[in-house]
Amino acid sequence: MGAKHVGARVARLEDPALLAGRGRFVDDVKLLGLLHACFIRSPHAHALIRGIDREPALALPGVDAVLAADDLPEPMRHAPMPMLLPNPAIAAVRTQTVLARDEVCYVGQPVAVVIADTRYIAEDAAAAVNVDYEVLAAVGDCRAAIADGAPRAHNDLASNVAARFPLAYGDVDAAFAEAAHVFDETIWQHRGGGMALETRGVLASHDPVCDLLTVWSGTQTPHLGRGMLADLLGRNVESIRMIAPDVGGGFGPKAIFYPEEAAIPAAALQLGRPVKWIEDRREHFLTATQERDQYWQLAIAVDSNGRILGLRGRMLHDSGAFMPWGIILPYIAAATVPGPYVVPAYRLETIVALTNKVPTTPVRGAGRPQAVFAMERLLDRVARELQLDRAEVRRRNFIKPEQMPYAVGLLFRDGKPLVYDSGDYPQGQEAALKLAGYETFHERQRAARDQGRLIGIGLGNYVEGTGLGPFEGVTVRVLPNGKVAVATGATNQGQGTRTTLAQIVAEQVGCRLDDIVMTVGDTAAIAQGIGAFASRQAVNAGNSALQAGGQVRKLVIALAARALGVAENEIELEDGRAIAATGNRPTVGFGELARLAQGVPGVSLPPGQTAGLEATAYYAPAQAAYCSGTHVAEVEVDYMTGGVKILNYSVAHDSGRVINPLIVDGQVQGGVAHGIGNALLEWMQYDANAQPLTTTFADYLLPMATDVPTCAIAHVETVNPLNPLGVKGAGEGGAIPAPAAIIAAIEDALSPFGVHFAETPLTPERIVAALRAAGAYEKLAVA
Amino acid sequence: MGKQATRITVNGKPHARVVEARLTLADFLRHELGLTGTHLGCEHGVCGACTVLVDGRSARSCLMFAVQANGCEVTTVEGLTPDGGLSELQQAFMDNHGLQCGFCTPGMLITLTELLRDNAEPSEQDVREALTGNLCRCTGYAGIVAAALDAARRRRGGAGA
Repeated sequence: MGAKHVGARVARLEDPALLAGRGRFVDDVKLLGLLHACFIRSPHAHALIRGIDREPALALPGVDAVLAADDLPEPMRHAPMPMLLPNPAIAAVRTQTVLARDEVCYVGQPVAVVIADTRYIAEDAAAAVNVDYEVLAAVGDCRAAIADGAPRAHNDLASNVAARFPLAYGDVDAAFAEAAHVFDETIWQHRGGGMALETRGVLASHDPVCDLLTVWSGTQTPHLGRGMLADLLGRNVESIRMIAPDVGGGFGPKAIFYPEEAAIPAAALQLGRPVKWIEDRREHFLTATQERDQYWQLAIAVDSNGRILGLRGRMLHDSGAFMPWGIILPYIAAATVPGPYVVPAYRLETIVALTNKVPTTPVRGAGRPQAVFAMERLLDRVARELQLDRAEVRRRNFIKPEQMPYAVGLLFRDGKPLVYDSGDYPQGQEAALKLAGYETFHERQRAARDQGRLIGIGLGNYVEGTGLGPFEGVTVRVLPNGKVAVATGATNQGQGTRTTLAQIVAEQVGCRLDDIVMTVGDTAAIAQGIGAFASRQAVNAGNSALQAGGQVRKLVIALAARALGVAENEIELEDGRAIAATGNRPTVGFGELARLAQGVPGVSLPPGQTAGLEATAYYAPAQAAYCSGTHVAEVEVDYMTGGVKILNYSVAHDSGRVINPLIVDGQVQGGVAHGIGNALLEWMQYDANAQPLTTTFADYLLPMATDVPTCAIAHVETVNPLNPLGVKGAGEGGAIPAPAAIIAAIEDALSPFGVHFAETPLTPERIVAALRAAGAYEKLAVA
Repeated sequence: MGKQATRITVNGKPHARVVEARLTLADFLRHELGLTGTHLGCEHGVCGACTVLVDGRSARSCLMFAVQANGCEVTTVEGLTPDGGLSELQQAFMDNHGLQCGFCTPGMLITLTELLRDNAEPSEQDVREALTGNLCRCTGYAGIVAAALDAARRRRGGAGA
């Protein structure tokens, strides 16, 4: 393949409509007779529902219905929502019902839904519904949840421990027994949200003529959602079409199938009119899934040179009130710890606790930022204690390129042995250090200190399991007007999925990017699909596009050879035309070929010719891919205010073969911004009764344009040998090591005071508190 | 609910409607006029996705009632877009990967339209400070900042040549 399309810095096909204000997000879809929904949600973290008085709401003009659990159709009325990833380690399988029946277990859990003529009336009516609650004791902190005598997150459970599982290999105890040094850290990463700028939204419309239920949802996974909706409604999947139109950011929380995605279609079916619900931002803070709350106690055993002998510890994961994605988050976290390092022995006990908070499911990084933070904090500790350079400690422990493929010794979440397919971790670190000017940093630091400024540098390495199966699919079809239709179950929330897949198909089929007519996120366009999560679409959908495009290329060449009367090896495909490389170079356009491929009514096709110029491929990777990278952060800390400014941020990123550097750089930069939020700003606060306190963007701080520097990015391309495109995935890597690098840089800046940090977010008040506890201000007063 | 007669000129076109006093300007634009390019990300005045120009000044259309814009000239992203193409600023966004999901983009374009009108030669810091009223969760801002500086450069080049 040349670099005409694949590998080129191609501007995105998505952009013109979005820039002109002509995008179509769920709330932009308007249908005749549309009704509007507002949910009545639990104001309590834990309570029993005694009764619901809907009469005052129904008395308001313009209110069409108030639906509670018993008004829903079966099996939705009683059935718990599906757990997508069951696991035998889960002792208490808990998912919620679409509308709460007797008990509510987190603030915001939906109890009933008002349907009205306008959203304004629906909100009035929701406020008029009286729900009688018996408030129960709630548990908000997962450490408290597993203590004896803790309030139970669910009334009928004897324990809040939802699961407990070990992950281990090697002789850990022997490693610790023979170690020259053992260090341990208590590490915490706090939960935050995906916080896509577009909130969630659902619009459902039933066409009784065709008995087709069409659902528009701001989801990452329309095919999965359609399947779950079909189960909850007792319908055939074929009578449901789910469309994810333009979606304003995903970041994980939109990969979940939510109660509203079932309740709104049920309401539309019941009322015989289209119904729309658009989540407001407060609802998003209350009910969109969150992530990260994990408490780690991790110890490292090293020899006298700082070489790792073993790791052991315990991790406590806050699952929130329900487990729609089972235990994959803590599992991924536990499997990510060894990272790019040779760790001869490892044992982690993981405990998953239920609490009365909104469930945790993957948010960009999905358990990996926590694991990387824990590992990198320990390596910084080793460097400090052994008085070694931090980069050098890592160099001594890297898996070397010649050790690839490298079996870590664990099973990953895909059920396959955790085997890194390829990668060059030392080269990645060197590239990032070079970008960051690491070798000369001590000079900058000294000069800054002479001016009374405290600057520091920190680094973090990671390996990320990406590209998870089971599969994704792409259909490629040449149309009679010469365009090339491409359909996929992959979805687009800003990743440039259309552009990336169009590049691959255009390269294969030999057409212009402009000739591609792409349908993403629509269950009507392709039979099977999965969707966006786990940085999986370049691997799964990308290789499907390669295979389907390659098959169509063969069909086009065969037909063109017949049409032009030349041998197949004399046909070239370019810009939507087949050209014979002989004689006066006769050509035939794709449109004419597509018409020929339809045949003539009543006449048999020539031998060997199949109907249409069309192919569908479902690429199913044999195992996860593993991308990797190194981040280096340089920060300045204002020791009086605790304010942190990121001065420089350098990234070396290996996502395998790069299809479009513009898009991959954008993914990395955006991921780093998310990581900066996690490291410094984003704090989802709950009070002692698990009542959320930060439910606006004024309380929960997202990074602003002044908080995020433009990263220097280097691509280290080690081609993935396990898939034909050689790709690994790029969506999440930027977020993963950012907290590790930034917190390390802050600690380095404040090294004159000997303060240490092992938590995120590291807010200004925490920095000042640590400095105060270390007596920094007394020292400064004397100086 | 009390209703009021309201006249608002949007993107140069006058509209006269009788609307509820509590109807926000954002909902008026989106649902009364069908101008769905203006987006709502928080409805409490922080994210800036709903930013429009009201009499030439940037304003949060989620924090304004439509009746408060009575007699005003409002410009939305649709009004920034030339027929059949993209403006210089929009083209700079495309060239510099200044958008991913595109949800914050209309507000970004409005804010930067105001900045570039008032400051032909903004520094990177000027651009970043102007953008603190607009949140983007996808891009990490790098492409947006680059696009604004690029558009300013192109505009100066065009004017000065």
